[in-house]
Amino acid sequence: MKFGILVNEGPYNHQASDSAYMFAKAALAKGHEIYRVFFYYDGVNNANKLSEPPSDDRNVIKRWSELAKEHKLDLVVCVAAALRRGIKDELLAEGFRISGLGQLIESGIQCDRQVVFGD
Amino acid sequence: MPGIDEPDYDSGVVKKFMYVNRKAPFGTIYALEVLEMVLISAAFEQDVHLAFVDDGVYQIKKGQDTKGIGMKSFLPTYRALEGYDIEKLYVEKESLEERGLTADDLVVPVEVIDRAAMAELIDSMDVVLSG
Repeated sequence: MKFGILVNEGPYNHQASDSAYMFAKAALAKGHEIYRVFFYYDGVNNANKLSEPPSDDRNVIKRWSELAKEHKLDLVVCVAAALRRGIKDELLAEGFRISGLGQLIESGIQCDRQVVFGD
Repeated sequence: MPGIDEPDYDSGVVKKFMYVNRKAPFGTIYALEVLEMVLISAAFEQDVHLAFVDDGVYQIKKGQDTKGIGMKSFLPTYRALEGYDIEKLYVEKESLEERGLTADDLVVPVEVIDRAAMAELIDSMDVVLSG
């Protein structure tokens, strides 16, 4: 199945990003396709490479970058939501790109399921 | 609202999109950013539906003035949706009643449906996005 993923909340403050990551990983392991992961609302903070969690905790941002590298995932950060929150190109962790909301709508059109993680 | 990008591709596919609004308008940014998604999906010529449930019904309540909280009001955008051919607005009857509201208290014409009908409607959608 072809999945689109939407992450609506920031890292650490909320479990949404962790759940989305685990869902993506499990889906890929079962041979499904992840068409795109789109980050919206405070979810855009998942792309901030300046994030530095304590060393004994998971690194949410790095984990997305690594998964993207391994599976050639398309990680897209909404430009309007990102600009509001100070997330710009120079802050992007590896594997993320900034683009418009149209990328989310296109994902909804193209995918068999659009799965939303957030409140 | 920011300008609407013209979609750079035409899939020819029209899906039923639903935006489920569940939160009051100004305490969090969800209502405003849902509106931005709504307008883009209209630009992609999708079949757009909006649902208002729980505190989401307050988003379209008449007589709100944001001057005192220093925020820009996006309430006029709801009234402008018609201009983008977005006319499928549904409000959950129970959510209105629980808050002492009726359809007359709302800034836009809506269809009021009960909780069971709302569940059925959401179930009939292709893509459900919430805020």
